[in-house]
Amino acid sequence: MSPAALPAQEIALVDLLDRLLAGGIVLTGDVTLAIADIDMVQISLRALITSLGRTAQSGAAEQDE
Amino acid sequence: MASYTYAVARPFDPNQAAGLVGVDGAAIHLVRHQDLVAVVSPLAPADADEAALRARLQTLAELEAIARAHHRVVAAVAACTPTLPFRLATVHRTDDRVARLLRREYRRFRETLERLAGRVEVGVKIYVQHEGASAGAMSVAEKTGGSGSARVGRDYMRYRREQRDRRQYAWRCATTAAEQIDAVLAGLAVDRRQHRTQSAALSAAPGENVFNAAYLVDAGRAEELAARARRLGAENPDVTLEVTGPWPAYSFAGSEERT
Repeated sequence: MSPAALPAQEIALVDLLDRLLAGGIVLTGDVTLAIADIDMVQISLRALITSLGRTAQSGAAEQDE
Repeated sequence: MASYTYAVARPFDPNQAAGLVGVDGAAIHLVRHQDLVAVVSPLAPADADEAALRARLQTLAELEAIARAHHRVVAAVAACTPTLPFRLATVHRTDDRVARLLRREYRRFRETLERLAGRVEVGVKIYVQHEGASAGAMSVAEKTGGSGSARVGRDYMRYRREQRDRRQYAWRCATTAAEQIDAVLAGLAVDRRQHRTQSAALSAAPGENVFNAAYLVDAGRAEELAARARRLGAENPDVTLEVTGPWPAYSFAGSEERT
């Protein structure tokens, strides 16, 4: 009847961001500071890519040695 | 204090959300208007202005903490009552502003909640595998480096061309398979939304994401759709398929013009 049975395991951040940045109600107008606009998605994903890229690079460097 | 807003929902027993904390570990509370509630938690004023929040969300660790807190609250509320999730980082200056929003958008919120009641979203991602692509290229490159003859160079270029053709062919097969699978799953769902495909750099999954969609289904049929999707994926040698969820109906909360 409800999504109560959400799996207990950690949800992948990338899947979560698909929903939280692309989905949900978007509000405009003076009552809100709704900043999660399209720019936000790009900024966040760039941050994510940069961060993951760094991790992958350091992993590869270890293998090379 | 500013008000971080997670969702609008039908009223529910606050005991069911007792101890629930949101962004920055702040306890949630409800802002009421008639038969709707907004689920909010206080946010320190220093964090609430747009520039500060934007800066926080550009740090991966902060983005992750806020995203997980947001989802924790939305999922907990959606487990007890029909829920309309807000987008990440929706912040109002005060609870009074939240109440005003409920008054102003009352009819729209009611209608959307009615559409989402008892329904969940199931995510389906389809990948194409490029088997051994990079490993193969590397071994040939190593050989080339070893002898350095023109013959080996030509072989290498031919190899790269064939590899590219194989990738294009695999991609076409996978997108065709994805269209067929999507047609079946859409038939089981109340609604569907297509998300951007996930970049290979972001995804932990092997292969390249060619299709990324969400299906809205009656909660009782979520497992059926998931099982059907997995079966279709397993039957098709051209793709691998991944199911996520069930999720609160994030992808179906927005207004129509955004689809």
